Amino acid sequence: MEGWVSLIGCERLLHSMRRRGKPHELNDSLLVAEDLRCIVGPRALFVGLSFTVEPGDLIEVRGANGSGKSTLLRCLVGLAAPESGDVHRRVEAQYLGHRSGNSGRMTPHENLRWIAGLRGVERDSDSIDDALARVGLGDAGHAMCDSLSVGQQRRVSLARLLVAPSPLWILDEPLTSLDDAGVELVRELLAEHRSRGGGAVCATHRALTLGSAAARVVALSRGAPGAPGAP
Amino acid sequence: MGWIKDTFHKAGSPRWFFAGSRPWMVGLYVVGGLLILAGSTWGLGFVPPERYQGDSFRILFIHAPAAHLAEAIYVAVAIAGLVFLVWRMKMANLLIVAAAPVGLVVTVLALATGIIWGIPTWGKGWVWDARTVSTLLLAFLFFGLIALRQAVPRPERAARAVALLAVVGVINIPVIKYSVEWFTTLHQPPSIEIGKKPAIAAVFLWPLALNVLGYYCFVAGVVIAALRARIVERDAGTEWVREWMTPS
Amino acid sequence: MRLFLTQLRRDLLIAVRSRSDAANPVVFFLLATLVLGLGTGSELGPGAIWVLALFANVLAVEGVFGRDHEEGTLEQLIVHARPLFPAVLGKLAAHWTLSGLPIAILSPLGALMLQGSTAGASILVVTLLIGTPTLTLLGAIGAALTIATGRSGLLVAILVMPFYVPVLIFGASASAAATTGDPTSFALLVLGALLAASVTAAPFAIGKALAISQEH
Repeated sequence: MEGWVSLIGCERLLHSMRRRGKPHELNDSLLVAEDLRCIVGPRALFVGLSFTVEPGDLIEVRGANGSGKSTLLRCLVGLAAPESGDVHRRVEAQYLGHRSGNSGRMTPHENLRWIAGLRGVERDSDSIDDALARVGLGDAGHAMCDSLSVGQQRRVSLARLLVAPSPLWILDEPLTSLDDAGVELVRELLAEHRSRGGGAVCATHRALTLGSAAARVVALSRGAPGAPGAP
Repeated sequence: MGWIKDTFHKAGSPRWFFAGSRPWMVGLYVVGGLLILAGSTWGLGFVPPERYQGDSFRILFIHAPAAHLAEAIYVAVAIAGLVFLVWRMKMANLLIVAAAPVGLVVTVLALATGIIWGIPTWGKGWVWDARTVSTLLLAFLFFGLIALRQAVPRPERAARAVALLAVVGVINIPVIKYSVEWFTTLHQPPSIEIGKKPAIAAVFLWPLALNVLGYYCFVAGVVIAALRARIVERDAGTEWVREWMTPS
Repeated sequence: MRLFLTQLRRDLLIAVRSRSDAANPVVFFLLATLVLGLGTGSELGPGAIWVLALFANVLAVEGVFGRDHEEGTLEQLIVHARPLFPAVLGKLAAHWTLSGLPIAILSPLGALMLQGSTAGASILVVTLLIGTPTLTLLGAIGAALTIATGRSGLLVAILVMPFYVPVLIFGASASAAATTGDPTSFALLVLGALLAASVTAAPFAIGKALAISQEH
């Protein structure tokens, strides 16, 4: 059978066939990325990238603009498919992208209720208010998102992590457009998340750990295999 | 067994295809050209005039193969689309890129010759009959594939979007054809049906068969030539293209 | 079902918040009826209503994903809605409620303006009620394919109008038959079959197209 499949030049199918019957051993890992390769146009963004996210891990993805940080995170969360390689997630991740992910014509409260609904999490009004208070939007919870500042909208997106919790966070530059208090908030949220056994992968230019356990770094530099190492 | 596997595996590689396809392209051009020349000379010069239509029917020796080929090209494009969506075989994408404009040209040729034929035969150039309308819709489907590719910014994403559109299109084609046929049955029934005795005389059939075969070969040659051009374009700047460009 | 309802409720809420956007399809339909009547001046059959409903549909469906894409709610939807197709159906149901449904309800008014009577209007309404959801589902495939291309109403129209042809043919012919009292059941059954087929198949094509649009 494998001979016939490789006959039509389809390595992806072959790959998944070999995988079948041998379910990947995730053990306790939240996410395993294996031998990821991504090519955009003529150039390779990353090749042979492998790492795992264990409970309590924080992985910082570093690299210059255009080095493929966002693409990597979108592969991890399932929005994009790598050219080759595998991503195994034990749980569905929470994703924070460049775009806010909030409808401007709904209030933060309604946006969060929508996300909870998609996730199938029962949330009463009070717990959503609590999450909004936690991110410092206690009094803006019922204004239209269109009328909020960019930084406030970013905080609404952060509240999503609390309303529909997932042990795996994939955050693309979470500090963008946040004030000092906001940056501190993200660091606190990450530290809490890790202490509860959650893991996170963050693309960032600034350190996300102050006073908590150190992060591992995945460095992306144009086609070179990046390996996570201690900072 | 081994060599079949090997061949198909390599056919998935654009560079291997480029290296080996030149004799095929030339061969198909020559065979197709000769067949069309023979069929057309026979059909235009030596076949007796048709009883009712006189000499005007002779354009059908061009029209019928083109109309036939247009659908075949769309089906080929859709199959390539499915292959590309499922297995991301790069050659399948390049095949779509190469074949869609050819398909559009062939479809327009079929429509134009149909109109030229229709003016003396039906007394008007455009008739709302099933096959005419289906062919015009096919032209729009081809145009849509080309327009979508140019509109989507990133090549990889454009390729996947076009492949999906081609697959959706081929699922819809039978429904469109059926509904258009239901809409109107003014046209004469199809003259050649596989497995039935041909309704047209053998004296017309032979040159027509030569032309159909010739069109298939010639268009296959054109598609291979277009594929080769796309491969060079895609790999422009790489070592092997530069080697190929420099005269030895 | 949960995903369907969650998404339906959200999109209806947004639509109600942006009232003029929501009214655009039906206002366009009425205005186009007026323009067609003024331009042709003659009495037209229900086929004309069908053509106008089709144009209104393709213009409306073009932007069904655009705002969600810009705001990033589309990528959140893809990440969180597992499976995606009930949420897509919910979204399109909300869209149709504000485009196809009001046009179907107001179509007798259009028939009154264009053909001078409301003969066969009930069948016209029924054909539009069964037919326009199919148009919305097929049109959404084109809308999803062209998300990242900027404002591209014409392109969507070119991509999807060939697929609209069967619905138009059976919808228009059933309504035309109704005005003369001819049997309409066959065309209605075909319209129903087309709807059933597109409800089952189109969401997967839309989901695939949405996934492609999010790839970087």
